[in-house]
Amino acid sequence: MNVRLAGDTLLLVEFEPAIDPLVNERVVELGHALRARQLPGVRDVVPGYATLGVHFDPLRTDLLALERAVGVEGRTLETITTLPEARVIEIPVQYGGQDGPDLEEVARFAGCSPHEVIDLHAGTAYRVYMLGFVPGFAYLGRVPAAIAAPRRRVPRDRVPAGSVGIAGQQTGIYPIDSPGGWQLIGRTDRTMFDPSRDPASLLSAGDTVRFVPV
Amino acid sequence: MTGAGLRIVKPGLLTTVQDLGRWGHQLDGVPVAGPMDVFSHRLANHLVENEPEAAALEITLIGPELIAEVPVTLAVCGADFDVSIDSNPVPTGISFHVRRGQVVRFGKRHTGARAYLAVGGGGIQTPPVLGSRATHLVSAMGGVSGRALAAGDVVPVNESPARPTVRARGLTLPTAGRARLRVLPGSQERWFGDDAWRALTTVSFRISPRSNRMGYRLQGPPLPRQITDEPISEPLAMGAIQVPAAGEPILLMADRQTAGGYPKIGYVITADLCLAGQLAPGEFIEFDRCTEREAVAALIARERELMAQMLSARASEARS
Repeated sequence: MNVRLAGDTLLLVEFEPAIDPLVNERVVELGHALRARQLPGVRDVVPGYATLGVHFDPLRTDLLALERAVGVEGRTLETITTLPEARVIEIPVQYGGQDGPDLEEVARFAGCSPHEVIDLHAGTAYRVYMLGFVPGFAYLGRVPAAIAAPRRRVPRDRVPAGSVGIAGQQTGIYPIDSPGGWQLIGRTDRTMFDPSRDPASLLSAGDTVRFVPV
Repeated sequence: MTGAGLRIVKPGLLTTVQDLGRWGHQLDGVPVAGPMDVFSHRLANHLVENEPEAAALEITLIGPELIAEVPVTLAVCGADFDVSIDSNPVPTGISFHVRRGQVVRFGKRHTGARAYLAVGGGGIQTPPVLGSRATHLVSAMGGVSGRALAAGDVVPVNESPARPTVRARGLTLPTAGRARLRVLPGSQERWFGDDAWRALTTVSFRISPRSNRMGYRLQGPPLPRQITDEPISEPLAMGAIQVPAAGEPILLMADRQTAGGYPKIGYVITADLCLAGQLAPGEFIEFDRCTEREAVAALIARERELMAQMLSARASEARS
């Protein structure tokens, strides 16, 4: 476990520089543990793939106490060797056609039929590693190597909300209309993010996602 | 937007509602937003007797023209603009009362890039989203429908009574279109060698026209990277200086994303971020490397300066 400051308001805790479910589980659980402690001055606790970010107000935080808490909680998490049962969320997807304009392209990349792409994409359980990019955008992994098509060379100016895309071994769902460069293979009608809902985001880091063709 | 408030006649170049930011939701990918110059935002709120959390208008380069539909106490801090009420000039850094129907007009800008218009009676009353009124333009969240103000908008505010005038000197603004900012080494130092640090700390970087509230693209010599691979995306904060493969650094500002995958050579210290927020595209930044100890000392000094100005504002009220 490597604890370091990034500037004077952010503490980063890195378990191992790897995109790995177990490493990410430690990050997510350390986040839960630190949030539960409600340490004075801590204003945001943010899981990344392999790194937990703890944002603090430098004038109101006892940095030594924060580092001690990180040390205590982090060391117990380093002993985790199995993943706990995750919450499973099913996302219905209309694959191909107007909803997934790059499905054919991904099939060409994979050297298989669009149907086989759908079977592979929907046949895999994905972990939510982190959220970012825009509110409610979950980074899911890992996409089977056969269909792990790289990003489009030229990103689209507007990707419609609900679009399901692939970028290498990551897959994800655009929660709002936004620019984007991922290969779009389908679209869901689930609302991924709604600030008037609690919780606002349908997905959280640590969840398992399954795509269901409709 | 219904009800009475501040009616926007001309919106200015980019006028947004900002409070201290939407903290606590970055785990859902929700960016923080908030003021580019938090010092001036806090001081303006203090002059109208608001809590620091109150929402104010952030005004960028070209100011708005607005009509008060209710009597309100206002204060402008930050960038130095000519401001008038019904064509009578009012200084910045002062609380002033506006009667129903009076027109507040921002004119010529002298120094600084962003001014904060604070409104007594608890500030701008747009509906909070996830606990904050801060506008984040890219995710269209907060403020007035998640966007910059437009002509015809009525920004809801509470009536506030006339109070004795208070004044404050305000932030010492960058002059001659340049600021020196102190930088702490980043968390990804091994991506960069001494040559990159030399380039960062010896040259003036020009803020590109393609800069905004998310970040300043900095034009200067490219910062060479020792490692071409991108690090794994990690959480980040305002002030991060990230360096994409081409080497053109980007200083991340208030509307930054929650995480990023470019290596960061360093972080501008919090004490100096308010100065960065007062720079405009085309102006210049010079960086100095500093230590954690210096960063903390600078922050305490900055906070003391703000507190001293707040206290003397109160004293000026007692005298008047």
